[in-house]
Amino acid sequence: MKALMQDSDNNSLPQPSYTLGPLQSGPPCCDPRPLIRVTDLSLHYGAKAELENVSLDIYQGCITALIGPSGCGKTSFLSALNRLTDMLPGCRISGRIRFNDTDVRNPHLDVRLLRRDIGMIFQKPVPFPLSVRRNIELPLREHGMRRQAEIDAVVKQVLQDVGLWEEVKERLDSPAQALSGGQQQRLCIARALALKPKVLLMDEPCSALDPIASGVVEDLIVRLQERYTIVIVTHNLAQARRIANYAGFFWVRERAGRLIEFGRCQQIFQSPAHSLTASYVNGDRG
Amino acid sequence: MAKNFLATAMIWLVALLISSVFLYLLSDMLIHGMARLSLAYLVDAPLDAGRSGGIAPIIVATAIIVLIAITAAAPLGLATAVLLTEFTRQKSGFGRFVEHSLDVLASVPSIIFGLFGNAFFCLYLGLGFSLLSGGLTLACMALPILIRTAVEGLRSAPDDYRLAAAALGMTRSAALLHLLLPAAAPALAAGLMLGIGRAGAETAALIFTSGYVDRMPASWFDSGRALSVHIYDLAMNVPGGDASAHAAALVLILLLFAINSLAMGLTRHWQRGRIHSI
Repeated sequence: MKALMQDSDNNSLPQPSYTLGPLQSGPPCCDPRPLIRVTDLSLHYGAKAELENVSLDIYQGCITALIGPSGCGKTSFLSALNRLTDMLPGCRISGRIRFNDTDVRNPHLDVRLLRRDIGMIFQKPVPFPLSVRRNIELPLREHGMRRQAEIDAVVKQVLQDVGLWEEVKERLDSPAQALSGGQQQRLCIARALALKPKVLLMDEPCSALDPIASGVVEDLIVRLQERYTIVIVTHNLAQARRIANYAGFFWVRERAGRLIEFGRCQQIFQSPAHSLTASYVNGDRG
Repeated sequence: MAKNFLATAMIWLVALLISSVFLYLLSDMLIHGMARLSLAYLVDAPLDAGRSGGIAPIIVATAIIVLIAITAAAPLGLATAVLLTEFTRQKSGFGRFVEHSLDVLASVPSIIFGLFGNAFFCLYLGLGFSLLSGGLTLACMALPILIRTAVEGLRSAPDDYRLAAAALGMTRSAALLHLLLPAAAPALAAGLMLGIGRAGAETAALIFTSGYVDRMPASWFDSGRALSVHIYDLAMNVPGGDASAHAAALVLILLLFAINSLAMGLTRHWQRGRIHSI
């Protein structure tokens, strides 16, 4: 059991010396100002409709959880928010997405700047086959940061922010892919944070991790809420319930993913308006 | 159980058979070639149509031809592979057309390439029988292999890298340069090796383009005799040239082996170095 308490398989270190804030279950407070407004979003892959008429607001400084069974378009929805759907062949989108005052779907928009503002974390950690330091340094350099001292400061700061600094400060120049799964995922979060995003999209960030590492990442997400707006896709209902302020429930109907219900997290879990939502959160369906 | 044993025995038998063919080839060359092989053989000019003397001019000519072939083919091949994998949809008509033409090109017999090189480089472009004509002809031959292996290498680089890099606001060219090409490096090196191997071992295409002359070449416009052509000539046209042919073949094999190890080593070294620097 003692061995289990240490962060996953990083065996060289004793207890991590950072402390994480207390877990708040479903904090009710956050700024209800919409940062991202999605209106009538539909998404098709070729002839297949993936999402149909989704409208919802992402509120600033809140954690918004998207729940629902696999294949109901939650990941596609996330990808549409930072135009990662551009990379998918045959993907067509209609509807409106506004981020602050910019039209996300504007073809003349500089997607590099958009993606800098709206970072994304994937289900499987994707550390680049570079050193820990270079993983963070590479995107920074791509965005025009040149001075090494400045870069080193950012590297240290974001690694501290994700609670990884103490674990990796001795091996910043060793391969990032040698880190444990949980550490890799936190490195990916640090890499996204280095670009100073406003929004973090997280696509099941914990599902590929073991329970201990998953808990560490979950605590981290709660702490990040102070400074970032977070949209998280999760299959773990208990997790959504613990950390989210708002929740959206997706379900497949008439062969397309639809948003069935959206609201405050407590309301979705305790008094859902829709019977489908009720049976899903109670575990009767899905 | 018996079935299992049979399968294992079969596999071992096949493996043994293949290695024994290779070992037989190698030992035959060693036994017949070692006698002629010496330092003098490597640094002297051939005498008496190659029956005695060395192969210095032939090694130089081979090196120049292979160098020209690779210098011409590698950038072109890499650029085509990048175009096919990163900037063309896999199922698009253009991409399919290019890949199909490459497959056809790869299966064209080398003698056809020789005739083409003779007609195009030697006569039409007026380069004559020269190392340059030979090198460029070999470049055309090596291109399909180079492109194929580079395409496979780039396609096998994880798509996750492309998505993650895009999600960090990196451009496609940055992802290509810093992530995908390094990930594909072993495949690229292997392709290069296959290309060099094919170029170095080529005979038919060179007889018509770089010629037979066994003098030391003074420039790349000179005609020169490649090692494989030398071996062919000694074995087929020169009575009493067998020992020299064996020695030359041994040199060719050793050279290819050395280049192969060097490329593998360089790739490994480069990949390790990349973890730290840009």
